[in-house]
Amino acid sequence: MTSLIHARGLIKRFGDFTAVDGIDVDVQPGEAFGFLGPNGAGKSSTMRMIGCVSPPTDGVLRILDMDPRRDGPRIRARLGVCPQLDNLDPELSVLENLTTYARFFGIPRKVARERAAELLDFVQLGERAGSKVEPLSGGMKRRLTIARAMVNEPDIVLLDEPTTGLDPQARHLVWERLFRLKQQGVTLVLTTHYMDEAEQLCDRLVVMDGGKIVAEGSPRALIEAYSTREVVELRFPDDQGSYVGKLEGVGERLEVLPDRILLYVTDGDAALAEVHRRSLDPAGSLVRRSSLEDVFLHLTGRTLVD
Amino acid sequence: MLTTTLARRSAAVAGRNVAALKSAYWLAMLGGFLEPVLYLFSIGVGVGALIGDIALPGGRVVSYSEFVAPAMLAASAMSGALNETTFNFFGKMKFARLYEGMLATPVRPIEIALGELSWAMIRGSLYSAAFLVVMVLMDLTTAGRALLAFPATVLIGFAFGALGMAISTVLRSWQDFDLIIAGQFALFLFSGTFVPATAYPAVLRWLVEVTPLYRSVDLIRGISLGPLEPVHVLDVLYLLILTGLGLWIAGRRMERLLCK
Repeated sequence: MTSLIHARGLIKRFGDFTAVDGIDVDVQPGEAFGFLGPNGAGKSSTMRMIGCVSPPTDGVLRILDMDPRRDGPRIRARLGVCPQLDNLDPELSVLENLTTYARFFGIPRKVARERAAELLDFVQLGERAGSKVEPLSGGMKRRLTIARAMVNEPDIVLLDEPTTGLDPQARHLVWERLFRLKQQGVTLVLTTHYMDEAEQLCDRLVVMDGGKIVAEGSPRALIEAYSTREVVELRFPDDQGSYVGKLEGVGERLEVLPDRILLYVTDGDAALAEVHRRSLDPAGSLVRRSSLEDVFLHLTGRTLVD
Repeated sequence: MLTTTLARRSAAVAGRNVAALKSAYWLAMLGGFLEPVLYLFSIGVGVGALIGDIALPGGRVVSYSEFVAPAMLAASAMSGALNETTFNFFGKMKFARLYEGMLATPVRPIEIALGELSWAMIRGSLYSAAFLVVMVLMDLTTAGRALLAFPATVLIGFAFGALGMAISTVLRSWQDFDLIIAGQFALFLFSGTFVPATAYPAVLRWLVEVTPLYRSVDLIRGISLGPLEPVHVLDVLYLLILTGLGLWIAGRRMERLLCK
């Protein structure tokens, strides 16, 4: 078996609630693999099972060709985990957060100090080494958590919503660092409910909804399979639904959202010209390329970020 | 191999607390040292002047200060261990989410429990050692007996620390701490600390004698005043079992709480 992570019919239940409902996943070495889905889709529960801190209720789960139920500590020794909410140690300095964490892996103090210094430089926090954690910005804390996840030179890095809650600039900085890790051949497994994040970072992803996997593939392949090349967004000043009839035949498919209509088309400009030719006068219009958001909308009938 | 890994990871958890030591912490520790000393002076020496000497169950007569001092030592070992393993441990578990980060590493819940407990012991042992010095200086025990009493205080600390952790894992909110404080204070007052348990009616006496602080006071008093008897072996066994049981429950409960 060459998969670093191998799941078949993986299930997680909390009492009567089924958070993860029989998923099949394989992650290959060097891959950047994503779980895309809205809040409550079961992404974090899946990540916690992969991180060996939450025992699976049922199904097969193998990580690094070991059994999480039996080999938890041995697997965790080779994982790096960046949780959704930062759990940095507020009583320690930035540098100490890394060196102390390294000790949990049994890394000798000297090696820990060297590696911590390198990692702080890598996440551009070298100058804040002696600082307390509290005054750091959200983006800095997240970068520090990513550095902490790298301290044991892991085979797989698990990132649970790595940029949720960060401002755009901080997000791009995090993406850029993660991209560098990917280039170094580190296997990344991440969850996100941002389609742009998944498109930026993931080689391959699964779309999750209600604890199940509803689609799988590369971002490009998913868009090709479940959407058209382009999308025309139309905003009408009054009830969007009343325009559905008038738009018939313009695109392959359309979706009505509360505030706009999405037309799925091959040629956006041509479609927009056709809309104007029919004397429809939207208050706003936008032609864009299809994104994973459209894939998700098509698969589940809902938008990703509500 | 397995035990060395366990010891290493537990030491790393305790090491985290050493790294977190800041100057304010030492101030808090001063309070921990002063508490039994103040009790010793106010009650042992102060009230003792009114009481005079007191006869031990064996028939030996000692000053009231000599009677109270070992009890204050045992009680301070208890409260030192409980402070660290209830308030601090609960806070770290529920609010700082510190253990979540640790559990993402090879460290296991039982190793966190052991590491935190060891740390509580280091802190508690400093109090005990300082108090033993005071006892020797005040001629309430001999230096030799004090040396023997020290490991006994460490055992008491382990037992109460493990108990405190086990209790912390079933607490729901800070309000529940009122119960711990009340329980701890009741133990402090009635565990043969200020009055020999023989003074109580039979049923109460039996109740008092099964409490962990009574067994601790009995052990320390036996060591610091003598003579050592078979019952003190029972005290040691009692405290060892309490330690093991507390740790086992704490580890299990932490796994249930944190590894859902």
